[in-house]
Amino acid sequence: MSRVLVGVKRVIDYAVKIRVKPDQSGVVTDGVKHSMNPFCEIAVEEAVKLKEKKFIKEVVAVSCGPSQVTETIRTALAMGCDRGIHVEVSGKDYEAMGPLQISKIFAALAKKEEASLVILGKQAIDDDCNQTGQMTAALLDWPQGTFASEVTIDGETVKVVREIDGGLETIKISMPAVLTADLRLNTPRYATLPNIMKAKKKKIANMKPADLGVDMVSRVEVLRVDEPPTRLAGVKVETVDDLVAKLKANGTI
Amino acid sequence: MVCLKGFWSFLPYSTVISLSYTTRLYSVCAMRDTILNSLLAAAHGLSDEQKEFQKMAFDFAAHEMSPHMAEWDEKEIFPVETMRKAAQLGFGGIYVQPEVGGSGLSRLDTSVIFEALSTGCVSTTAYISIHNMCNWMIDTFGNTEQREKFCPELCTMDKFASYCLTEPGSGSDAASLLTTAKLEGDHYILNGSKAFISGGGDTDVYIVMCRTGGKGPKGISCVVVEKDTPGLSFGKKEKKVGWNSQPTRAVILEDCHVPVTNRLGQEGQGFNIAMRGLNGDLPFVSMVCYLMAIYIFFSSRFYHLLVRKQFGEALSNNQFLQFKLAEMATKLVASRLLLREAAVALQESRSDAVSLCSMAKLFVTDECFNICNQALQMHGGYGYLKDYAVQQFVRDIRVHQILEGTNEVMRMIIARSLLSESG
Repeated sequence: MSRVLVGVKRVIDYAVKIRVKPDQSGVVTDGVKHSMNPFCEIAVEEAVKLKEKKFIKEVVAVSCGPSQVTETIRTALAMGCDRGIHVEVSGKDYEAMGPLQISKIFAALAKKEEASLVILGKQAIDDDCNQTGQMTAALLDWPQGTFASEVTIDGETVKVVREIDGGLETIKISMPAVLTADLRLNTPRYATLPNIMKAKKKKIANMKPADLGVDMVSRVEVLRVDEPPTRLAGVKVETVDDLVAKLKANGTI
Repeated sequence: MVCLKGFWSFLPYSTVISLSYTTRLYSVCAMRDTILNSLLAAAHGLSDEQKEFQKMAFDFAAHEMSPHMAEWDEKEIFPVETMRKAAQLGFGGIYVQPEVGGSGLSRLDTSVIFEALSTGCVSTTAYISIHNMCNWMIDTFGNTEQREKFCPELCTMDKFASYCLTEPGSGSDAASLLTTAKLEGDHYILNGSKAFISGGGDTDVYIVMCRTGGKGPKGISCVVVEKDTPGLSFGKKEKKVGWNSQPTRAVILEDCHVPVTNRLGQEGQGFNIAMRGLNGDLPFVSMVCYLMAIYIFFSSRFYHLLVRKQFGEALSNNQFLQFKLAEMATKLVASRLLLREAAVALQESRSDAVSLCSMAKLFVTDECFNICNQALQMHGGYGYLKDYAVQQFVRDIRVHQILEGTNEVMRMIIARSLLSESG
């Protein structure tokens, strides 16, 4: 039967108040609470559900980053994944890491692990790129079912209901495939105490991008990070003519 | 949801009351984040595994308990379904052995979990800790048949348990209890009554301390009485100031026949079993207080001191309040450290475990009540309204200075230990 790779990303927790670093090179991450990207949680939940329904045999949780990401892999293991893979990336490489590098890593791992499905969150809540799933599918030349709100496996094909701007689109794609999880795909389970304990014993393999033949050089350079502009007070006007005049004066029209 | 964050500062104070569930959940999570990361970080010094437990318990508390806390209090609902959900996660027998369905964790692990759960609802978490205590008593002192009969269903919370020691005539002087258990053939006949029993009338398994022998602690045995045993009945449901999500009733035993096979341990061992149970629960009782205090502390900081303006400035600029906050924070950290130390001593079966637990209970319950009370004061008039959670925490915590050994009894225990060591 089959194996599924699930990507889990360690991001700043959604409830944290984000602050920009004084040198404007990024946001403050030191000492800030991090947790698993919510869409990745949904991806893990879906993979574990598929395993419980016996469509797949093994779920492997993968994360790329420095040693702290093993916490995130452990959470995935506690939710029911069988083993983990930690691809070590740290320092400058980690700061410059983006969807292109991640998708190369996942493409290489999918081939190495002979996965039939790669399930990712639709996007990460820190960069909101929404690119990794799509790029991974392209690199592997596999079909993709993105923004999935319902996934049904039927033999060698997968029926995916996708949330799109116009409503819901249902597609049938053949395996192996890449899926990305959208919000309404499922409600992630709480890890149970026994599972958290069992997770301790599950294996997490270590490797480097070089082991997979992936070069981590980034084609994107972050120039500056700014806070959103503070909202200015509005100005009240008496008539429509005044409004038009003011808008013209400040160059809006 | 993210945009709602900035919303806080724009809302006039009165509309804070009518916030939707999602905003409240969001802000609870924001507070949880600060609680976990701040100076008072609840996550310091924990192993990775314990941090996982804590995170999971916080999430459960925020999503499954906190939204209903006020309703459970007002309507006096015993939240069976929510507790069973908690049991599915392993919260029914946290420190009970795995072979009978428990999670087999340590006392410290357990205290971390209860700490986090109590941010959702003090009263319910307190009941869960009592249930766990009873479960542990059967697991530790019961024989194989008793453990296999009772523990699995207690672990899943298919059945709930109550601890029956206090009587109308014996509270602090627990060893003077009068409920008798006369041996007749292969049954004990129980006669007497128990007072203030948490869960009484709604639970299934009652751990009753009764007198099988002579006067004093050595004449007390511990017997498990099951619901629907003829002769077991209950008093009216008590109306309490707080802890309203658990029913409290008198438990009445009138010629109640209980098989001898339901006795835990030996005759005369009952008092010891009862105290071991309570000692184990001490850290949790106080832990619950502690985390309430921390929660209230942050609630004051977030919602009130930084937002409320008087005399042209935010309250947080007022030096008196700053100092008050600093004192509260210091007491909170001291509480946490004392609690953790007591939990570790208990786990390691150290000789000072009992004294430490008593000190922890005494200090933490007193200090945390004061902190919650001061937080209420800081909220001014709003603190007195039931729309705000502060008052529920104050009401729910007040009882912790009384039950499971009054703070006066704690002083007795500590003094006795001090004076016996000297000389």
